[in-house]
Amino acid sequence: MDNQSTESTGKPRGTTSAAAIIDADMPNGCGTRVADSNMAASEHPTENKETLLDIFRRMLLIRRFEEKCAESYALGKIGGFCHLYIGQEAVGVGAISAIRADDYVLTSYREHGQAIAKGISPEAVMAELYGKADGCSRGKGGSMHLFSKEVNFLGGHAIVGGQIPLATGVAFASKYQQTDQVTLCFFGEAAVNQGAFHESLNLAQLWKLPCIYICENNKYGMGTSLERAMSVQNIAQKACAYEIASEFVDGMDVLAMRHATQRAVERARKENLPTLIEARTYRYMGHSMSDPGNYRTRAEIEKYQERDPIKLFTATLKENDVIDDKQIAEFEAQIKAQVESAVRFADESPEPDSRELYTNVYAAPIKD
Amino acid sequence: MAVMTMRDALNRALREELARDENVFLMGEEVAEYQGAYKVTRGLLDEFGPKRVIDTPITELGFAGLGVGAAMAGLRPIVEFMTFNFSILATDQIINSAAKMLYMSGGQFKIPIVFRGPGGSAYQVSSQHSQALESWYAYFPGLKVVMPSTPADAKGLLKSSIRDDDPVIFIEQERMYGMKGEVPEDADFTIPLGVADIKREGADATIVARSLMVPLALQAADELEKQGVSCEVIDPRTIRPLDINTIVESVKKTNRVVVAEESHPFAGVGAEISTEITERAFDYLDAPVKRVSGADVPMPYAKNLEKLALPGVEQIVAAVREVSYLN
Repeated sequence: MDNQSTESTGKPRGTTSAAAIIDADMPNGCGTRVADSNMAASEHPTENKETLLDIFRRMLLIRRFEEKCAESYALGKIGGFCHLYIGQEAVGVGAISAIRADDYVLTSYREHGQAIAKGISPEAVMAELYGKADGCSRGKGGSMHLFSKEVNFLGGHAIVGGQIPLATGVAFASKYQQTDQVTLCFFGEAAVNQGAFHESLNLAQLWKLPCIYICENNKYGMGTSLERAMSVQNIAQKACAYEIASEFVDGMDVLAMRHATQRAVERARKENLPTLIEARTYRYMGHSMSDPGNYRTRAEIEKYQERDPIKLFTATLKENDVIDDKQIAEFEAQIKAQVESAVRFADESPEPDSRELYTNVYAAPIKD
Repeated sequence: MAVMTMRDALNRALREELARDENVFLMGEEVAEYQGAYKVTRGLLDEFGPKRVIDTPITELGFAGLGVGAAMAGLRPIVEFMTFNFSILATDQIINSAAKMLYMSGGQFKIPIVFRGPGGSAYQVSSQHSQALESWYAYFPGLKVVMPSTPADAKGLLKSSIRDDDPVIFIEQERMYGMKGEVPEDADFTIPLGVADIKREGADATIVARSLMVPLALQAADELEKQGVSCEVIDPRTIRPLDINTIVESVKKTNRVVVAEESHPFAGVGAEISTEITERAFDYLDAPVKRVSGADVPMPYAKNLEKLALPGVEQIVAAVREVSYLN
């Protein structure tokens, strides 16, 4: 059943040009601008080599980590729902590379990649997926509820759009406490249809809150395509209703994501203003591990894979003599070892003590 | 001690706690410039300014979630719902975020927030503005639920709720804002959550009542005293955590119990209390536990029908006589 695939709508998508991801007919209203994804690499802001390699390494780590998750899920080591980030790495890595360590990130249930990008160790993430005591949420949250107070990663929320008011409140707290921290809030395009999105954007602009809303438009809410779910499909344009600055960005281009986020961070940190970024991206795997993906064709997936974010970035780095095949092989080897170490750590970590069932319900235990 | 209304006692608690801790702030619809739909927040904007006392748009899900997020980042929000009927729009954030955050983060993120406002029946405002929602919120581990019945309790319990590190649902009764009583003026006066209060001691039967039903239970006890039945009236004050021990001790003494509530009976707090008593003190009971509840219908508008939908003194008296086999 492929009649819901984007091909059947008559709108060609997924060719190798950036213009295909950022439709040429999108209006540039309300401060909306086409991000620099159409720029030649030489036009990007100057980046030092260390930064570029760090971004590359993180994307590759997340890709290999997620591939290992799929294996572990098939082996029954990971339970419940498991939503993989493969194909979307440039969005999380690019955006998070643009913030400080003390800035906040809140996101949805497809968050393994963002958690690692924000600085939770692959060991602690994998142990959480395995439901172990050394997991970043001590085995109580699982795949959809990764948390780390230490690196200001505030979850992992599993009701579509639920994290959007929360992130708005975290940004409110930063302004109230007069810190200059900013908050990144990630969500899928399906969350845009929820009231929580609209209520939050209204409050963020009304109260001038330093929150950066990043919509990861991967074109499907579970099995329902954007075309079947949204009356106005230009998500960046929805910021117009609140006069919030917005951009749509090629979410397959990690530097475009980084630079769009840098602009938003500047606005948030200096002027306490929110931004909406629509990142056009694509997930290669099913919605979750239990999704056979009958709503789209293999051909459609392959089209998007031609513009794979890691492949694109590798090409950019090679063109600019930042990396060569030998170094890529070295990274691959290091990352393979890192992911295997995460799996070993998760395997060896104990299950939570049975007494943990009744801890953390309340801040202090309730006496009977 | 000073005599004041429930409204002013709540106002005093808010004022004292706003003054005590810079991280406490108050937000809700009409709480600031309008001085509160029910005037509970009167004068607070003038005293603490717009940073601490914040008018929100009508966007309950948005500002409830914003409050929970602010609590994750270290603030102590007080979120007023103009009435708890409107909290229904915010239940995703109260239940899925506030109640579960500490647990699902493995103890990393406490949510010190108070959701407060009037609940229960009001005066002829019909079905959508006259309902008791405590059994909803009390159902969820992670939430605390508080329902005061006197001005002093209101002040002491609200102060404790604001200082508490967990999310607290604080339900005031719309019909009780004008009720007067003596209130301690000491800024350190608090009442711990989870401790019931024996509002009247008695020997022959126990009446467990909360919120609006407490004054009615006390009137019923006066009436029953004249009929030769000595009633003990227990106000749990906190629905969760519930001080069941105080209730059970009373039942062991009187052997008869009536639970009075204005909420619907089905799957209600009264049903829970009844079950707890049956599990813990079955052998002490001389009669089945009797509930007096609101009618199992949406609240009607017409004055006569509204009166019929709510339990009154006569029903409580009749129920106590029934468990005492006096009818």
